[in-house]
Amino acid sequence: MFKKRHVLTMREFSRDEIDSVIELASSLEPYARGKKSSMLEGKILALLFFEPSTRTRMSFETAMKRLGGSTINLGSAEASSVAKGESLADTIRVIGGYADAIVIRHPKEGSARLASEFSPVPVLNAGDGAGHHPTQTLLDLYTIKKESNLDDLSIALVGDLKYGRTVHSLAYALSLYGADISLVSPPALRMPEAIKADLSSKGTHVYETSDLTEVIEQIDVLYMTRIQRERFPDPLEYQKVARSYRLTPEFLAEAKKTLIVMHPLPRVDEITPAVDSTPNARYFHQSFYGVPIRMALLKLLMGGDND
Amino acid sequence: MTEVELKVRPIKNGTVIDHIAAGQALNVLKILGIFGTSDATVSVVMNVASGKLGKKDIVKVEDRELKEEEVNRIALIAPAATINIIRNFNVVEKRNVDLPNEIVKVVRCQNPSCISNTSEPISSRMTVKTKNPVLLRCVYCEQLLTERIADYLI
Ligand SMILES: [Zn+2]
Repeated sequence: MFKKRHVLTMREFSRDEIDSVIELASSLEPYARGKKSSMLEGKILALLFFEPSTRTRMSFETAMKRLGGSTINLGSAEASSVAKGESLADTIRVIGGYADAIVIRHPKEGSARLASEFSPVPVLNAGDGAGHHPTQTLLDLYTIKKESNLDDLSIALVGDLKYGRTVHSLAYALSLYGADISLVSPPALRMPEAIKADLSSKGTHVYETSDLTEVIEQIDVLYMTRIQRERFPDPLEYQKVARSYRLTPEFLAEAKKTLIVMHPLPRVDEITPAVDSTPNARYFHQSFYGVPIRMALLKLLMGGDND
Repeated sequence: MTEVELKVRPIKNGTVIDHIAAGQALNVLKILGIFGTSDATVSVVMNVASGKLGKKDIVKVEDRELKEEEVNRIALIAPAATINIIRNFNVVEKRNVDLPNEIVKVVRCQNPSCISNTSEPISSRMTVKTKNPVLLRCVYCEQLLTERIADYLI
């Protein structure tokens, strides 16, 4: 089912391919929790982070090590010297000679695609500028599948829907599953028309509002994102918006018992710490699920016969 | 092209590109890679009255039969253009332009943060999502380009 050589954008994934990644991730979960594995023994994964994202890097590193493989890292000093001098194409050709696969995070959009054109080994996109971050979307889908239900799903995406690439990519993927999507954001941070049109053209039911109370009773998944202060020229306006999108246990009392709350983390004020101990909170599960999902992708891309 | 127009300033051999949207003739030359420095004899006629378009431009390139793939790219800015191949003053072939599915090294991406707008050793590449209206998508950053395409000609 999975025949990809690289993992670059969600747009390239069919529903069948997503399902096969999810299925494999599920079977790898015991190994993600510490069961010994030598599936990728002798394989080397190169982690090229041209901008810092410690958590994503550590998640990939954990995934590789849990499968018995090892990692090599581009240090931050080298990353900055590379950024000044050598082309990315050359860097990729060189590192591609050392490793069995490359994970790249780079500030320029489309850089993962470029890397795939020059790399002799598989490339995984761990975020390219405001572009794509497909492993985040896959782990989000995995979380929904594990903790809720991907079929007949009703989900609210909340927060910065204008600039947040995570929600664009997730909304696109959910459209493959026929989910009902509520877009909840302040008017200034609504999802771009082009993306909404793309969702509607796939038959996805999209509802837009700025008031979470309108939809809280019906949804199965509440996907919160951070609203960044920089988006608001007026600090008072920011305070007002931030307050109205702050999740509390009292607010969750209106929701279905089975509702799950997700967040790509790190959070700031949008989920109060008191929510953490409710049965609805799933954001720490979600970040853990990044490990089995990345394990599944690494295994699919690098083979590893001895399982 | 009517017989009359062909006779105004006929060329013996070469290519006549007719029905170019008025004002786009120079961009057509740009897309074809025909500049002042090339040695081809080129005539450009602009703002000619035309029943079909109101006004149109015409480009005549002498002693050169333009190939289908080089000519098709002009559909980006002149989708109604027609190509006439002339041999010994006769039109031996007439065809419309048809945009290919991918456009390489013709239009640059409008996204300043796109990797294709850096000094990396790659060419700008656009996928043609729709032909009418023309909607292009950058292969690298997936940014869409639909308006003012002529402004982004390389
Ligand atoms: Zn681009």
